[in-house]
Formats: sequence, C-alpha cells, structure tokens
Amino acid sequence: MAEHLARISPVTDLGMIALRGDLAAIADAAGMAAPDRTGIATDGPRSLAWMSPDEALLILPAPQTPEAVEALTLALDGQHALVADVSDARAVFDVIGPGAADVIAKLAPVDAAAMPQGHLRRTRMAQVATAIWRIEGGFRVIGFRSTGDYLGLILRNAAIAGSGLAPR
Amino acid sequence: MLILTCPHCGIQAEETELHNGGEAHLKRVGPDGSDEEFEGYMFARRNPRGVHLERWRHAYGCGKWFIAARCTVTLQVFGTYAAQTTTPPDHIVQAVRAARPDWNPTEEGASE
Amino acid sequence: MTHVPPFRLPRGGRLIDRSDQLGFRFDGRHLRGLRGDTLASALLANGQMMMGRSFKYHRPRGPVASGAEEPNALLGLGQGGRFEPNQRATTTALVPGMVTRSQNCWPSLDADIGAVNDWLSPLLPAGFYYKTFIHPRPFWKHVFEPVIRRSAGLGKAPTDPDPDLYEQAYGFADVVVVGGGIAGLQAARDAAAGGGSVTVLEQSPHWGGRTPIDHAGGQDAIDALLTDLRAMPGVTLRRNCMATGLYDHGYLIAREALADHDPNQGIPRQRLWRIRAGRVITATGALERPLSFACNDVPGVMLASAMRDFIDLHGVAPGQRIVVVTNNDDAYRTALIAADAGLDVAAIVDARPQATGDLPQAVRDRGIEVLTGSAIAKVKGRRHVEAVAICDQDGEGKITRTVECDAVAMSGGWSPVVHLYSHCGGKLTWDDAQALFRPDPDRPPLGADGQGIAQAVGAANGDLCCAGDLERPEGATMPVWVMPARAPHKLRAKMWLDYQNDVKVTDVELAAREGYASVEHTKRYTTLGMATDQGKLSNINGLAVLSGALDQPIPATGTTTFRPPYTPLTLATIAADARGEAFQPLRKTPMHGWHEAKGASWEPVGHWRRPYAYPQGAEDREAAVAREILAVRKGVGTLDASTLGKIVVKGPDAGRFMDMMYTNMMSTLKVGRCRYGLMCNENGFLMDDGVVARLSDDTWLCHTTTGGADRIHAHMEDWLQCEWWDWKVFTANLTEQYAQIAVAGPQARTLLERLNGSIDLSADALPFMAWAEGDLAGIPARIFRISFSGELSFEIAVPAARGLELWEKLHDAGADLGITPYGTEAMHVMRAEKGFIMIGDETDGTIIPQDLGLDWAISKKKADYIGKRAQRRLHMVDGTRWKLVGLQSLDGQVLPDGAYAATDQVNANGQRVTEGRVTSSYRSPTLDRPVAMGLVRHGPARMGQVLEFPMPSGAVMKARIVDPVFYDKEGSRLNG
Repeated sequence: MAEHLARISPVTDLGMIALRGDLAAIADAAGMAAPDRTGIATDGPRSLAWMSPDEALLILPAPQTPEAVEALTLALDGQHALVADVSDARAVFDVIGPGAADVIAKLAPVDAAAMPQGHLRRTRMAQVATAIWRIEGGFRVIGFRSTGDYLGLILRNAAIAGSGLAPR
Repeated sequence: MLILTCPHCGIQAEETELHNGGEAHLKRVGPDGSDEEFEGYMFARRNPRGVHLERWRHAYGCGKWFIAARCTVTLQVFGTYAAQTTTPPDHIVQAVRAARPDWNPTEEGASE
Repeated sequence: MTHVPPFRLPRGGRLIDRSDQLGFRFDGRHLRGLRGDTLASALLANGQMMMGRSFKYHRPRGPVASGAEEPNALLGLGQGGRFEPNQRATTTALVPGMVTRSQNCWPSLDADIGAVNDWLSPLLPAGFYYKTFIHPRPFWKHVFEPVIRRSAGLGKAPTDPDPDLYEQAYGFADVVVVGGGIAGLQAARDAAAGGGSVTVLEQSPHWGGRTPIDHAGGQDAIDALLTDLRAMPGVTLRRNCMATGLYDHGYLIAREALADHDPNQGIPRQRLWRIRAGRVITATGALERPLSFACNDVPGVMLASAMRDFIDLHGVAPGQRIVVVTNNDDAYRTALIAADAGLDVAAIVDARPQATGDLPQAVRDRGIEVLTGSAIAKVKGRRHVEAVAICDQDGEGKITRTVECDAVAMSGGWSPVVHLYSHCGGKLTWDDAQALFRPDPDRPPLGADGQGIAQAVGAANGDLCCAGDLERPEGATMPVWVMPARAPHKLRAKMWLDYQNDVKVTDVELAAREGYASVEHTKRYTTLGMATDQGKLSNINGLAVLSGALDQPIPATGTTTFRPPYTPLTLATIAADARGEAFQPLRKTPMHGWHEAKGASWEPVGHWRRPYAYPQGAEDREAAVAREILAVRKGVGTLDASTLGKIVVKGPDAGRFMDMMYTNMMSTLKVGRCRYGLMCNENGFLMDDGVVARLSDDTWLCHTTTGGADRIHAHMEDWLQCEWWDWKVFTANLTEQYAQIAVAGPQARTLLERLNGSIDLSADALPFMAWAEGDLAGIPARIFRISFSGELSFEIAVPAARGLELWEKLHDAGADLGITPYGTEAMHVMRAEKGFIMIGDETDGTIIPQDLGLDWAISKKKADYIGKRAQRRLHMVDGTRWKLVGLQSLDGQVLPDGAYAATDQVNANGQRVTEGRVTSSYRSPTLDRPVAMGLVRHGPARMGQVLEFPMPSGAVMKARIVDPVFYDKEGSRLNG
C-alpha cells in the first residue's frame, strides 16, 4: 500500500486568544509585530494572525494562555478592545507530508499549492469553517472544537493513499 | 459560482464562502415611520434587471459585510466596497458608468 | 444478409492489446474482449450489435456513436451496491470481470414484451399521453400510470449503498483548455507560451481526438505537441476528465475518472473538479449528425465516424458489407478505412448531385461505386440491417434498387460541440455555408470583468476541415434534413431524430401543426433532445425539421438551451465524501463521549447531537424521560447545556446596542445579575430568547438557543457593521469555549457545596437571576442562578476542556443524592409544566412576543428596538391574533402536538374554521396528567371554555382553556 498523502495529527498544546480592537494597539499589547492583512507573524513560540480588520488571533503555548489573557486585558484597558480566551473552542490539526497541499485542495476552495508562507486563509473545509496556514512540511488547520471529529475524518479521507491530484 | 473580492481582506472568495444579504443601502424605518414607509423599508425591493448593489458577508472568512456592485444579467462585477457607507463610493459609481453610462445609483430600477 | 461473428479484424486496432484478453459478462453470457476495448467495441467483437431497446417503442437498438453522444448503448453495469444504470458502452473502458446487462427490456433483450409499443406506434404520437389519458380520471392513477411507468424510462435505479469512494478537489488555472484534440493541444501550447498556468482536460483516456484516425501523420503531430507541452512549466495535462459544465465567472466542473468500474484499486473511483478558470478555451470538437431516412435506427446503422473508430481504434468490424450514406466528403474516409481493413464497401450513397473532391476520387479509385444524388429510402431488417433500398434524394422515395449489406455508415455533416460555451450565456450564430450553429465570438459568456471568458477553437468553432496544420480541402456539405427530400408520411414516421427519446420527424411536424412554434415548447412536447442527449445528436436535425414545418429559416427557430452536465454525473460524485459519518459535521459537546457511554438516545438540534434521554436497561424513551423528570423534581439532575449560544458584547456603546437587540431594557441590568431576554427580527417576530448576564460595566454575555448561536451572532454583526458602524461595540461568539452544565433540583445547592468552590451559593449571596465567578472543584467557573425547569437550578460554565471533569465530579459527589443526568425531552416537559415557551415550539417565525403573553419582557420605556415598529402594524395589534394559553384535555389523553381547534363555522371551501392550535403537549410525570400549551384566538379572555380538536380519525378531542403555568405557580421552588 502506498503512503498516505499526508499525516494528519491533532495538536492539543496550543493556546489561542481572540483580540478585537485596533490592530496596532493589539500588536503593541502583545509585544509582537502587527501582521499584514491576512498575514500571520511568528515570533518564537508565539504567532499573531490577522483575522479581520479589527480582529487578531494570538497563538501561543497553552500554559502561557491565562497569564497572557490577563496581561493583554491589562494592556488594553481603557481602549475599546475585547480579549477572549478561545483555546478550548478550537480543534487543531497538522497536515504534514508531500501531498499536504493536495489534501487541502480537496476540501477547501483555495489554491493550496500556491499559498504563500506567512499567509493565513480563513475559509471552509467541506462543511466547516477553518483557518489554514503553512508550517514546516505542510499546513496547520484550525477549526471548531465541536466539529473536531468531523474535521479529522475529512482530512484523513482526503489523504487516502494513491489519491494524489497529479495527473495520471 | 460568483467570485467576489472581499474589500476588507482582499480574498477572492467564491460564493460558497459568502452569505448574501440582499439589497444594499436600505434606509431603516424606525418606530416613528408611517405604515407606508415601513412597508417600503421592510418589503419593497428593487430587484433590478441590471446593475444591483448587493450586500454580502464574507462568512467563511473575515466575517465582514461588504457590498458588491454587479449586473444581475451579465454577472459583471463592477467593484466591491465596505458596507460602512450609505451610498456607493465615487470609484464604484465611475466603474459602473464606464460600462453602463446611463446608470444612476439612486434611480429606481436601474438600467441594464 | 447474414450477420455472423467473429467481428474482430485480423489486424489493426491502435488501442487494443491482442495479447491481453479480458473476460466479462453481458446478460449472463460470458464473453471476451481485449485490453483497450470499450464495452461497445468488445460487444461488437462478440457479434452483439443489439445492445438495448428504445425508451418508448422498445425497438431493438445498437450503438449509433462511439463516444459520449451515444444514445442507445446504455447498459447497467456492476452488481449490488456497485450497480449503475445507463452507462454508455461507448465510453466505458472494459474492465476484467465486468458484469453488464441490457436495459428497457423484459423478459429479455431478444424477447421483449414492450416491443408491442412499436406496432402501436402510429397510435402513440407526441403528446399522446397528455391527450389520451385524461379521462376517466381514476384510470390515470390506477391503470395508465402504473403501466406506463413500468414500460417507459431508462435503466433501473440501484437499491444498495454505493461502496466506492468519491472525492472532490478545487483547481485553479489561468487558462483551461477543454478537449485534448489537435486544436486543444495547439491552443494550450499557444496559451502556455504566454506564461501562466494552463490545464488541458481530455474526456477520453487518449490524446488527439479524431486527428490520429482521420489524418495521415495525425498521431505524429499529436505526439509532437504533447512533447512540447510536457516540457512547458505551468502546463497540466489531465486525461479521463470530462468537463461537464461551465458556470458563472468561469467556474468549471469536471469529472475525473480514477478507477471507474474498477473497484480493485482502493482509490476514489471518481473525482469532481471545481476549477476556477481565468479563461476557458473550448476545443470540444464536433459531433457527426445522423441522417433522417426511414428506419435509420435499425442496429447496424451508425455514424460514419463511429464506424471508422471501431475499425481503426479497436479492430472491430461493425459489419462485413457496408453502405455509406452521406451529404459530405468526410464520410468517404470511413469507406477507405473499411476497405483497407478488408471489408466490403457495397456503395456510397451521396445525396449531393456530384462528389468530385480528393476523398470521393480516392474511393472511386478503389472501385467502390458512388451513387450521387441518391438517398436511402428505407433500411430493411428489424434486429439487424439486411439491405438498404435506394432512391433519388430529390424525390418521394421511389426505390431504384436494393443493396444488400449488414451495416450502414451515415453522415449528415458535423455540429460543433457548443455546450460548454452555451452553459453560462454564450450565444451561437448560424453558419449558413456549413449549415451549423457555432459560437458567436461577439457574444461569449462573460466573466466577472465583463469580458468574454470562453473562446472556441478548432472544430468546436466550426472550423471543421482544419485539423491543425493537416488541413485538407473537402467538398461542401449539402444540408439534408430529410431523406429523400419529399419523403411521404409513411417514411417520415420511421425517421428517428432523437434515438434516446424515440422522437421521429413526424412527431416534430405534429408539434408544429398543433401550434408549438417555439423550439423550447416543441422540445417539451416531443421530448426531443431531453435527458442525457442534451441536443448532442438530435439538435440540428430536429430544429431543421421544425423550421421546415414552420416554413422559416433555422436561425429563426433558434436552438434549445444547452444545460449542464454535458454528460451525466453520478450523484455519488456530487456528494463526494459527504456520506456516512462525514455526511454532515456532527457537533459534539465536551461530554459527548460520556453521554454515549451511558446509552444516550440522541436528539439532533441543528448539527448538534444532544441526549434526548438516557434509557436504562429495558426502559423505553418515554419511561426514561419520566424517571429523569421525577429525579430532578425530587432530588437533583444534570443537563448538558454546552450547546447554548454564548456571545459576549462589549464596548462603550454595548448597553445601547443591547437595548436595540432585545425587546427588554438590558442597559439597566446590574453587574452580577441576569435577565431573560427576547430577540425579534425587524419584522417583529420572535427569533430567539435566552438569559443575558451583565459581566461588567461595558460587557454583557448573551445566551442564545442551541440552534441560534451562529445566527444570532451574525444578526448582531450585521446591525453593527451595516447600520450602526459608528457604535463602539465588539462581539465574540464564545459558544464553544465553554462547557455548560445545568444542575437542577431541590438538592442542587447541597451537591454543589460538596465540590468545595470559592463561590458562596447561598440564596442571599447568589439569589435567583444572579451570577458569580470563582472556582468549583478546582475549575475556574461562572455560575448562573437561572432555571428552565422551575426547580432550584444553577448553570455552571467552565472551559470546554474541563467540562467532562466537572460533569464527572458532580456525578461522583451526588451519587447518594440520586443524581440523574437528564436529556432535552425532560427539559422540554419540565419547562412546559412551568408554562415557559420554547423557540420553535411556541414560535414558528410568525409569532410576536405579545402573542405569548410576554409583554412584561417588552420595554415600554425604550424609544426603539429591532421589531418595535413592526409590532405596531395593524394585524399585530388588531386583537384577533391567537394567543398563548394552557390546554387541559378533558378525557385525560395527551393532545396531539400541532392539533387544530375548529369552530362550527365553515369557510368558503367547506372547511371548518380553525381558532387555535396545540404548540406543546406532553404527559406530565410530575402532575401525572397531560399538560399542553397552545395559541388560541382571544385565548386569555376565554379561560374555562372548551375547544374541540377534530382528529384525523373523525373523533373529536376536547380541551379546556387554562392558565399555561401548570406547576408551582408561585415560583417558590426556583426561588429556594
């Protein structure tokens, strides 16, 4: 049996903080560079992703989350902003392997193969909302916790051995 | 499959990533409105055969609402713009008029 | 003329591998074909010319074409779950062990009862069903329809689940070229030379289209192009990929066959591509047209191009003695290829007065007789061609001679394949010189930029003789729509225009006589070009006959609309992996696994699965619900309320915004307190309800119904972004961040106090409709003192990842209290006992809060809220609306949910006038009697009156109007 197109592994050690407000102020408060539109900027273990013109997502190691929520709330105090821990609302999968782009291309209406590094694409995969960006050797996909089983299942289905998208 | 560019995030989204919200630039009629005014606001829609200003939400994306100026007959898209306006911006009006010189954004039943 | 196997030619057949024999079955017979065969060529090689029976008259039919346009050779393939009807034998590759069967015949292909329809055909013209089966009316339902349904139609639908895998994929290309013939490959090379990505889709497994068959040096030219293309960056060449439809803004749907009819490969059988194309080049070639002569449907009559395909590609002889009938030069190629293969070409019947080009000359040089100005008056033979009767084309069909033969190759000229170009708005133009419709380059389908998005090249563009650089001049085609030109009715009644739908020349003429002047109407009346044909073979001939009957030129008649898909798609490909477990995204709460392990019986709520009840042992659902309710009323129970929407609203203008969203005054809610709120749409109708908690000065937390979270969040964002964008408010949908557990019952506080939390749960510290934050059992928690059951109740929200931990700790700590998990049905019954409304039960999208006696939740002080204006509209306030009441059935039976109360009055239709309906109805385990709520005209003013509810059985149930609160009217329990 041939190899699967990619290995699908759940990621459970990430914290995520949704931040709404002025993006420059948010980046300041997070001590990170502000991401470009639809960008994701990584600095060490933390990434700050552009989610919409007034929303960013801070992704960080899970144990650092409560402290970061507190610090951000404090830093943004007095400004019109919203800080919310959304770590538990998420399901995260890494799609790693030579056929990772094919797996994404089967589920999301995006040109996965052409997706640049440092770009976060919010879209849908089959019937659920996701955000996708490139990581070493493939892609990271975040979806919602309640549909985590579904997301894992469709990713594994799409990665079935011998089903690469290259013309045959 | 309509392909519209979200003006907020620049993504060229396909229709399945978007949610349609009907006619744009409706003026809300509140508690003081007459029956006729409220009926017009609530129920009467232009439904043009031609240029249409139409609300869309980038639902599977940045979540923001925008407005698309498009032709309901040819599906030509003249442009998209953020929803935070009560009238189409000048560059959109110009883009429409480049293709439909007679078009008037405020006229009932805009031309094709 | 006898027709005897073997039909495999001793040599030739560029696609077959004579060393690799494949066994397969047809109608139970074991047959052998070769690798490289299509099912059609393999059947022909076995002497099986007859492959099915026609749709209406059950006439014997063999293949007419060799490709996707084939109307007759539709077979049932596979067995069990893999059975698939209506598969084209001409495009299905032979797979070892394939099981195939013929369709539209009973008891067998050879002895088909339905063939009697053919003898009755003079009685079965177009529109026959419409005209005949009107009276007597009951006969239609009980006699005609069952009989017709049994004998008409194509193959049978499969009954078992399809075990194969299917998938979809999204593609992107600057240019997509559809068609891998010489025109397509050249266009691809030109496009790729300009940079950008180019994808070429070819429907068959082979590149080159007709060029290798029809032109000397054709294969070399194709090979050279492929070599060039493979060396170019950005070029993707995809075979076995059928572009089935072109949609708005250049969205192209294509089906790639990966392991079609071959279940042994363990990979998806088909893949549906959804390709965003910057530009589409249709190089889809042309289809040869049949000629309309009498009995042109007898097995053995086929398109001239199809005949040379079978000979050249598969080394199969469709017959031993062939007559070619044509109105153009191209068909002479068939005579040449047949003669080269050693077959006897009896004659060429050419409708044109003369045939002088290179091809006719080459044919004459072989000593083959060419009869110009001639026509076929009639094909003789029923199950197989036996001879053709020849007459003058310019005449009434007087037979001049008869030529024995066992196959007829016909060519009525060629029609460009314009389907994709037409699918999303491209227009056609009539090319009078060539007698064909071709894409009008001035009216192409348009893209988002208003520019043309598709362009046709090669034969698809009407350039029929070009074949790239291999151009060879040919003599002109003479339009021949009926053969002979003045054929009498008797002959025209046997000329098939649409083989698949059994439409004849006389049917179209009849439609015209009966007033169907529009081609679209004629299509519906006669079924011409419907179903899978989609105008492939029948279109032009049918239009020409209609134009003739209407005495107008063909462009005045126009053409019917070409609709996708070009060839049928399996439903499985459209569904792809959205089946079984992946059919829908099932939403699961953090405690889902616990519920499952405890044998929960599920209730779908939106995409969520919530425990309806937890039946134990032999207990049924009803008994489980009753047990759960009593456990809550007497002790303590837990409900997984994690599915409730949780939306945070924050900002300096949040209070003002909340006052607009809810009918209540939310801006005055004190921090630390909760309020039950109603949300209406601008039309005034109740759309959601839930408890709102004020978290801080500028922050509110809105609970929504289970199904409402996403919708309500979107509703809020809509108003914030599109109406009040200057208001400083942020929202966040935190529904999935928290697990939420309702702990309800007189022992609820006792239980929670055992968990050693930091929150004072006493009635003084945490009164009804208050909330507090702290930790519980070591878990950060927010506790809301709210109740939907009417009992002392706490709802506890904790981070979702710790929901199960808290749930299990509650159950450990409450074992001696008889702690019982309860499901949604217990919750529903308990709230009904209390007279609490439920969105979706008491509301249906046309109910305003005032209908439900919820005036107390509508602020009179507020100048405005969403829905306020609508609730002042005349019919909202005219006093005749049905309003919420309790209903007590008189005989102790539970009123059926949804039952209508009827008055003695009768409306104009003779129906009894209704005056109310049941919205919720249960047997209350707490009260040991039925409880129900309903909406009744003037209901609250009619307390004590008895309503009549007629049942479908004819019986009448009676119920008394009562107060909707059946249990603990004073509220002493929830205030405990």
